[in-house]
Amino acid sequence: MSRIPKEPTKLVTVPSPNKIPERDIDKSPILECQHLGIDFGGLSAVKDFNMAIGRTEIAGLIGPNGAGKTTVFNLLTKVYQPTRGTILLDGVDTHNMNTVQVNKAGIARTFQNIRLFNNLTVEDNVKLGLHNHIGYGMWSGIFRLPSYWREEKVAHERAMELLSIFDMGYLAKYKAGSLPYGAQRKLEIVRALATNPSLLLLDEPAAGMNPSETAELMENIVKIRDTFGIAILLIEHDMSLVMGICEGIAVLNFGQIIAKGTPDEIKNDPVVIEAYLGKKKEA
Amino acid sequence: MNRILHMKKSTRSSLFTYTLVIVAYVVIQLLRAFREGGVGSVLEGQLVPICAYVTMALALNLVVGVSGELSLGHAGFMSIGAFAGCSVAAALQNTVTLDPLRLALSMVLGAVIAGFFGFLIGVPVLRLNGDYLAIVTLAFGEIIKSLVTNIYLGVDADGPQFSFLSNNNQLGEGGIELIRGPVGVTNSERIATFTAGFVLVLVALFIIFNLVNSRTGRAIMAARDNRIAAESVGISVTKYKMIAFVTSAALAGAAGTLYGCGQVTFTATKFDFNTSILILVFVVLGGLGNMWGSVIAAAALTILPEALRQFADYRMLVYAIVLILVMLATNNPTLWNFIARIREQRQEKKEGAK
Amino acid sequence: MDITIILDYLIRGLSLGSVYAIIALGYTMVYGIAKMLNFAHGDVIMVGGYICFFAMSGLSGNFEEGSMAATVVPAVAGTLAAMVVCTILGVVIERLAYKPLRQASSLAVLITAIGVSYFLQNAALLLWSSNPKVFTPVTGRGSLQVGPLSVSYVTLLTIAACIIIMLALTAFTSKTKMGKAMRAVSEDKGAAQLMGINVNATISLTFAIGSALAAIAGVLYMSAYPTLTPTTGSMPGIKAFTAAVFGGIGSIPGAMLGGLLLGIIEIFAGAYISTQLQNAIVFAVLIVVLLVKPAGLLGKMVQEKV
Repeated sequence: MSRIPKEPTKLVTVPSPNKIPERDIDKSPILECQHLGIDFGGLSAVKDFNMAIGRTEIAGLIGPNGAGKTTVFNLLTKVYQPTRGTILLDGVDTHNMNTVQVNKAGIARTFQNIRLFNNLTVEDNVKLGLHNHIGYGMWSGIFRLPSYWREEKVAHERAMELLSIFDMGYLAKYKAGSLPYGAQRKLEIVRALATNPSLLLLDEPAAGMNPSETAELMENIVKIRDTFGIAILLIEHDMSLVMGICEGIAVLNFGQIIAKGTPDEIKNDPVVIEAYLGKKKEA
Repeated sequence: MNRILHMKKSTRSSLFTYTLVIVAYVVIQLLRAFREGGVGSVLEGQLVPICAYVTMALALNLVVGVSGELSLGHAGFMSIGAFAGCSVAAALQNTVTLDPLRLALSMVLGAVIAGFFGFLIGVPVLRLNGDYLAIVTLAFGEIIKSLVTNIYLGVDADGPQFSFLSNNNQLGEGGIELIRGPVGVTNSERIATFTAGFVLVLVALFIIFNLVNSRTGRAIMAARDNRIAAESVGISVTKYKMIAFVTSAALAGAAGTLYGCGQVTFTATKFDFNTSILILVFVVLGGLGNMWGSVIAAAALTILPEALRQFADYRMLVYAIVLILVMLATNNPTLWNFIARIREQRQEKKEGAK
Repeated sequence: MDITIILDYLIRGLSLGSVYAIIALGYTMVYGIAKMLNFAHGDVIMVGGYICFFAMSGLSGNFEEGSMAATVVPAVAGTLAAMVVCTILGVVIERLAYKPLRQASSLAVLITAIGVSYFLQNAALLLWSSNPKVFTPVTGRGSLQVGPLSVSYVTLLTIAACIIIMLALTAFTSKTKMGKAMRAVSEDKGAAQLMGINVNATISLTFAIGSALAAIAGVLYMSAYPTLTPTTGSMPGIKAFTAAVFGGIGSIPGAMLGGLLLGIIEIFAGAYISTQLQNAIVFAVLIVVLLVKPAGLLGKMVQEKV
């Protein structure tokens, strides 16, 4: 049991990307951050962060190490409470929500340092993402009432369906902690998707992947957006990925947005180049 | 046979545990019925306590193994169950004459009251982390011990009477003293039987296995494995830790009632820090989250010191040394690597044979 | 309420608290450096008590009855003997039982510590029997009269010892190379190792200091509560552990503060509320403090990085 089998040749067929028709109808943003900021002690880790993400947009958040990108994710998911500013999710202020409520309201995320339920199986990890969509309670579980069997069956099928996005169905019975690194990253995405979010936050999804894996991941991110019709905000250092699939990009440095725009605009922005490479020596 | 091999690991392990408990029960009952001298006087006297400790170990395993929180005060819940349950049993002596029914009622009540205290304690405790949580449960265990030691409870025709610190109860004609402060409870009749204990163990197994292998149990384990990730997928960590804690406290309460109703007399000091630790030892030696391990460890380690009575002076010393050695051996990475290598070789042979 | 009585309780509380503080220092240092709850620490106190007891009763016959030497020499010798034996015991326990478990789960280490605690108690039971021994206070039985207040020498010695130990430990951890190494190891074992600090030696040193302190605490505790049995150490052990958590486990001034407060609370609760509920009140205060300050009075909250 301890060894993970090699990936079989295409066990499951990937659902073909079908564009959601509503995509172009509702133009209001799914997420809107206004003057968001947080202080740790005297230090402002994020200040005056303004950003809006469209309902089916793939947006990128980039910036040098320590710029505050992950802190933005932690603010959005209420791991930290913002010191200032508002976060509107689909027009609703998340001010009074905690992490759990924010997820129920529609934000799901992955983590830079992978956080899976290592001692549980891959399938159970996905079922935990489905947790709030499984309709039976504790007593039905203890007494194995019909709702238990029915809902567990539905959850199993849904979990396998979600795993098939990354062709991971064959790994369902293995412990999440025993998976190779790349598979763990993908499983985290599947688990987040299972919570049925309207906004998916990916924290360095391509970290530690080789170019071919990254290329596959890019395809899959686009596929996820198209199949589920959701918005995706991702933090990534791999510029080929960011420039390849993001429709809008924000550049963060020292906790502040220094540039926003399309990939082409960002590529040629002198402020961005300076932030990454340092100032050109005055001749 | 093939079906068993292809079962989910969790199903297989629960099936094994049920079988283990039932076989043990049947064997012991057969011995008691047909063999001269039964199972021996030592074991005979330990049958009910063994069932109580097995249930305790299962309950604590739910908290420590499944939920991942260290509780050093679980004997406190056992105490609450023992005193509350046995009081109820004594008070109902004339109302409910059928012994098993009275015991069942007492156990349910003991469980409910212990579960309620579990909730009260859980509210502050589950906000803390790791070692802080452990020390607070220890503190609660000690507080419960101190409080129970000073309770005087009696019942007569006019209803129950209660006093604290000193005995001010004035019971009328035919009144019964239920709890007598430091002297504890004296049972006029011991209604707990081995069969009752066996049923309780089965009930505990049923509740724990079904809970763990359900949506709720998954959430409890998720909260244990990664608190932040659990919250990020919309699972309220506190809620599920609370469910595990209260369920465990209630089971411990029922175990306490069983234990108390099987004793001629017991005091609050019986359920002290050392008892909490003893049960924790069962759980850790049996394996965290491993229910059949808890059953075996609790049963074996309850019998062992009794069986070693003839070495009276040395038995606890031997027990201590064995405990240390087992911990050192089970946590030795070299040993584990060795075992893993052998397993791998076997598997390769098997695959080669195919 | 008479001010003299209150003052008397306060001094007694300070004295008991000083003992707790000294024991708590051992707990807190070991916790800080090895991240383990050393449940056997309380039993080291008991061993210290016995060693001192036997050394003192062995020596006291050699001196003239009532002379100064008859109190001082056995007491000093007994205390030193207890310190030496406990130091060795502490280091040996660490080497044999805890060191192999550096990589193991904290629960495994905890159970092992409990095993060691059982071992010490039962070894003491075999060696010295369960009959209580009556300990002679190391300072003799006299007391100092200050106005209407009578303060026993034991009390004075305990409070003085606590202050000296506190000052010495603070100086040691902040000024000396070894003390700084200890702080470095408790902060980050891996980084300390990379900086060339011998982690194993540092941990051994911590156990040695902690156990020597336990011996001193044992002698002082026994002088105040003279009944010595193999299980004598567990209750002060648990209380001191509580004190360490109370003050913020891992923090040396925290252990000191926690110990003193705990002692004072215990004495006052016993005097003004109820002796039967003394322990319950002490633990209740601990719970309240942890609810308000989840990391103890002087502990710092470490937040998990996301």
